[in-house]
Amino acid sequence: MKGKAWKFGDDIDTDIIVPGRYLIYTDEETLAKHCMEGLDPDFDNKCSKGDFIVAGKNFGCGSSREHAPIALKGAGVSAVIAESFARIFYRNATNVGVPLLEAPGISELVENEEVIEVDMENATITSANGESIEFKKLPPFMLEILNQGGLIEYLKNKK
Amino acid sequence: MPTMSEKILARASGKESVEAGDIIIANIDVAMTHDLTGPLSVESFEKIGAEKVWDSSKIVIPFDHQVPADSIDSANNHILMREFVKKQGIEHFYDVNAGVCHQILPEKGHVVPGEVIVGADSHTCTHGALGAFATGIGSTDMAMVFAEGNLWFKVPETNRFNITGQLKDNVYAKDVILHIIGKMGADGSTYKACEFAGETVSDMSVSDRMVLCNMAIEMGGKTGLVEPDKKTIDYVEKRSIKPYEIFKSDLDSPSLNIIDIDVNDLEPQIACPHNVDNVKPISEVDVELDQVFLGSCTNGRLSDLRDAAKILKGKKIANGTRMLVIPASKEVYLKALDEGLLKIFVEAGALVSAPCCGPCLGGHTGIIGPGEVSLSTSNRNFKGRQGSSDGKVYLSSAAVAAASAIEGRITAPE
Repeated sequence: MKGKAWKFGDDIDTDIIVPGRYLIYTDEETLAKHCMEGLDPDFDNKCSKGDFIVAGKNFGCGSSREHAPIALKGAGVSAVIAESFARIFYRNATNVGVPLLEAPGISELVENEEVIEVDMENATITSANGESIEFKKLPPFMLEILNQGGLIEYLKNKK
Repeated sequence: MPTMSEKILARASGKESVEAGDIIIANIDVAMTHDLTGPLSVESFEKIGAEKVWDSSKIVIPFDHQVPADSIDSANNHILMREFVKKQGIEHFYDVNAGVCHQILPEKGHVVPGEVIVGADSHTCTHGALGAFATGIGSTDMAMVFAEGNLWFKVPETNRFNITGQLKDNVYAKDVILHIIGKMGADGSTYKACEFAGETVSDMSVSDRMVLCNMAIEMGGKTGLVEPDKKTIDYVEKRSIKPYEIFKSDLDSPSLNIIDIDVNDLEPQIACPHNVDNVKPISEVDVELDQVFLGSCTNGRLSDLRDAAKILKGKKIANGTRMLVIPASKEVYLKALDEGLLKIFVEAGALVSAPCCGPCLGGHTGIIGPGEVSLSTSNRNFKGRQGSSDGKVYLSSAAVAAASAIEGRITAPE
């Protein structure tokens, strides 16, 4: 996977990812319009399909709203790469098919809007100048869920 | 040598014992979803192709976030959920007139010690105050629970906060938990069960223990827990006919990390924008306020309203500051009415609303505008949490909220 990195800081909470006032909506397209609105109201327009979010520690802290990973998916984010993730968000993102890659050192490696490459098989991230770091490899069952686009699709295809 | 969480999860997964790090499948005793996360849960349930919920007596659905409906979209969500309740024969449904989910669940006897409780709301950890293992999950996980009645968990390690010391007057459970979160950081207990123990916790009421457990998620905790004692049993037996089982941690457990917290000299604490772990003692905070919110699943209980009313009695809210008081449930509302507390609030110039989540998550009432500053007794102060991303939210106890409303700026109660 290759795409632009959109950089954010530490403790990006679910109210930043999608504010509470939009939780009355459940569709990807509407939620995507408000994705990251609190920090960058133009994020949905800037983010192209296949781009990445790169962030610091504790990405996704806060609420259990599954609207948050759905908004990221709708905005075209192909994976979130962060120093660490919050617990409920980690589960939710996997369930809706957004890969979360835990890569200590990513904030220092990558600049905002830099084009980076993610190799899911070998669990590496390579910056524009060719420097690579590893991310924590995902267990095979989780990769399978992500490859199918989420838990529901995974279960449907298994039947 | 297991912890309380390990013992509860072993029971729920039908195993002799489990250890931190194990992946287990636990049977769920109570599953809760509300009007805001419910629609996604129902959509996912239908997408799975499930037809019937696993047990209509174990699902609780309260409406609390957008009540009464404030837009056609919320009304549509309510319609969708009411239809689901009817179709599935959900036995425990609370419509717009009941109150906040995390108050309804214990109050109506849905929570007893030793159970595994999941809720499509991150503050489900509140219910650990009664000795249950309670945690927040997303809507797809909830759909799986609705269909199968079980869910996979990684058994967590435990941070046990051993809290000792006598709280000073006007220092409350809220100040204790803000102090702990400030010390631990927003990810200081990620994936861990947070047990609250020690003499200070033993002295606390069940309501106060709920305040501690409610905010375990704000340091990344998977659940908050307090070992059941006589107070727990008294509370539960008055409200529930369900059987219960009491579990306590073995202190020699290798997955238990004890953290000592001394609260003898603690002063009121304030979480400053825009993170819950940005905690300062009140003496270091001086901020003018546009709005004060007293309510929520953290501090909208009767004891909070009493604490605030004691301070507000015969006083007036400052010019230029507005105060919103929202009791957490119908029961709390009625008792506050009987005790004359609501009259005190209204006479002081506050606006009293019917039980709901209110401005806590910025989706319904009492939303703040650009540049405005709110002091709130709720649990989150994230950027944009109560409305405009250019607004600011500070968090405090109910007593600080009341004293601050009178002065129009963040003020310690005398």
